[in-house]
Amino acid sequence: MSLKEKLVSSFMAFENTLDVDSPIHDIRTEAIKTFETEGFPTKREEDWKYTSLNSVLKHDYSVFPKHENALEFKDVKKYFIHEIDSYKIIFIDGKYSSHLSQTTHDGLDVCLMSAALNKPKYRLIIENYFNKIAPKNGLSSLNTAFSAEGAYIHIPKNKLVAKPIQIIHFSTGNEAALMLQPRNLVVVDENSHVQIIERHQSLTDNPVLTNSVTEIFANKRAIVDYYKIQNDNENASLIDNTFVNQKQESHAKVHTFSFGGKLIRNNLNFYQNGERIDSTMKGITIIGNKQHVDHNTLVHHIEPNCESHQDYKGIFDDSSTGVFNGKVVVEKEAQKTNAFQANNNILISDKASINTKPQLEIFADDVKCSHGCTIGQLDESAMFYLRSRGIPEKEARALLMFAFSNNVLDSVKIPEIKNRITKIIANKLGVNIGFDL
Amino acid sequence: MLKINNLHASVEDKGILKGINLEVKAGEVHAIMGPNGSGKSTLASVIAGKEEYEVTEGNILLEGEDIEELAAEERAHKGVFLSFQYPVEIPGVSVTNFMKTAINETRKAKGLEDMPAKDMLKLIREKSEMLEIDRKFLSRSLNEGFSGGEKKRNEIFQMAMLEPKLAILDETDSGLDIDALRIVANGVNKLKSKDNAVIVITHYQRLLDYIVPDYVHVLHNGKIVKSGTKELAHELEAKGYDWIKEEVGA
Repeated sequence: MSLKEKLVSSFMAFENTLDVDSPIHDIRTEAIKTFETEGFPTKREEDWKYTSLNSVLKHDYSVFPKHENALEFKDVKKYFIHEIDSYKIIFIDGKYSSHLSQTTHDGLDVCLMSAALNKPKYRLIIENYFNKIAPKNGLSSLNTAFSAEGAYIHIPKNKLVAKPIQIIHFSTGNEAALMLQPRNLVVVDENSHVQIIERHQSLTDNPVLTNSVTEIFANKRAIVDYYKIQNDNENASLIDNTFVNQKQESHAKVHTFSFGGKLIRNNLNFYQNGERIDSTMKGITIIGNKQHVDHNTLVHHIEPNCESHQDYKGIFDDSSTGVFNGKVVVEKEAQKTNAFQANNNILISDKASINTKPQLEIFADDVKCSHGCTIGQLDESAMFYLRSRGIPEKEARALLMFAFSNNVLDSVKIPEIKNRITKIIANKLGVNIGFDL
Repeated sequence: MLKINNLHASVEDKGILKGINLEVKAGEVHAIMGPNGSGKSTLASVIAGKEEYEVTEGNILLEGEDIEELAAEERAHKGVFLSFQYPVEIPGVSVTNFMKTAINETRKAKGLEDMPAKDMLKLIREKSEMLEIDRKFLSRSLNEGFSGGEKKRNEIFQMAMLEPKLAILDETDSGLDIDALRIVANGVNKLKSKDNAVIVITHYQRLLDYIVPDYVHVLHNGKIVKSGTKELAHELEAKGYDWIKEEVGA
């Protein structure tokens, strides 16, 4: 039985456990039909031309983990940004861990999707926002059909949330192979500000496939800062589907740090429904071995006077492969749009490759749009310059690579995240120098 | 300090240095002059350990040790410093942090702890004042957008920070106006001692008015064809290089 068939038949069993009066019951049944028709994407689709899911779909994944697992904080502390006070929504093998979490309902809701889907007091928000911007394609629909758990974050208006919110999904390897489908909803009302950190971490070598959907709504003048730390082990794969809907004068930023995992696909879409909106997406990808990271972005400029900024850096070693596919659509009404896109890459090995493709569809005539992609090697004359000052080859290489990706870190607003990313990069490059650049 | 014996070097199988003999003792300043394409910069790069040059014959001894097999950074740790003719721009690395990394990596190679931050700041302040370098300049990306003069001054600042045994200044005077030239030369003179040595590579005699050499060598077609004292530099300035070419029958 293929994974698709298994999932479709699992849904029938799953459906029996559901409340048919739930506001999303019809959405689910609709979604599983879509998945049944669409299935998993293949390389025949333009958007998946350079990423094949075949190698990750071949495992016999458990869809509903049989065991509940516990983890001690001390054993997984290093995966937290533990230096700061934060709200935490933590899952172990797809199940909520109250032990590791710190949620709140005090003036804002930082809690579980399962609670939000089942309790009447969240009904209005769910009806207004759930599955409103996730596209009706196979992967998102699959997640929608099985939506059971994830983070639910609602920030009411005029609230500056002082503590960042960390969402971490651990998998323990209790299942021979595990498929996770977390579903997050983030609603940030007028004038509010929130910072969110998301991470997926497998703790064993058993294969894990995560197909995650996050819908983010940044309402009028809201500020959303979202950080994704993708540094999983080489048996874990992640398909991250994140959709951001913005209202007027809101600012939304997503930073994606991709350093580990077997296969990572980031589908990141921004929809600008209002004027004077700012959308920023930045990423650093540093991978090696046979790892594969694919960034597929979309910014949809719908109304006038908005901006978007994209800056992705990639460093590829060994036989690793990268994809950047950045689409910017500027509608006819979206005059005075400023849209910038940059994707710069360094290939360290002859066997590494990157496919980079900017896609601009501009229907307005008074806009500023720029894009640029570069692919290169490390500058040998710069290497000699550094080495002639006493900096050894490995450190010189690391310093240059770090300098190359440094401007992406400039916009990281939480110093502890910046430090952590810096350490991960140093570790990844096998050097022990404080890059305090 | 430095002894070069019958050094032959080539790049991509093209012979550039064709039997250089040179001895530089501690406390000395040597000038190497010569027409364009004579091999001056190649000699500097070969001593500093640039990998694209292949030494095909002869050797380079630093304090008696053959450094041919050493990587550029290992030569730097032993006290070789090259002031680049064209310093490389490195966006994203500030001058200060570059120097911190260079000093601490050199200390690490010698089995020493990192220099305490306080001492580092003091050293940076002292040396930047000596070279009349603005503090703001130190937080800028290394050489990025620097004027020609700023780049050269920054090279000598690095030399001051690293205190090399053997400093090779490759065309440090090019791109400098007279005031900058004086500041740079002054810096070099202050760093000079009986325990270190300086090789000044230059096309013109101008710099040698400020950094006075003990010996002047003329490099032509990959060989030192004439050596003398500082008067030789004046003669070259007055008469050009053609008479030397004739003299050696090139």
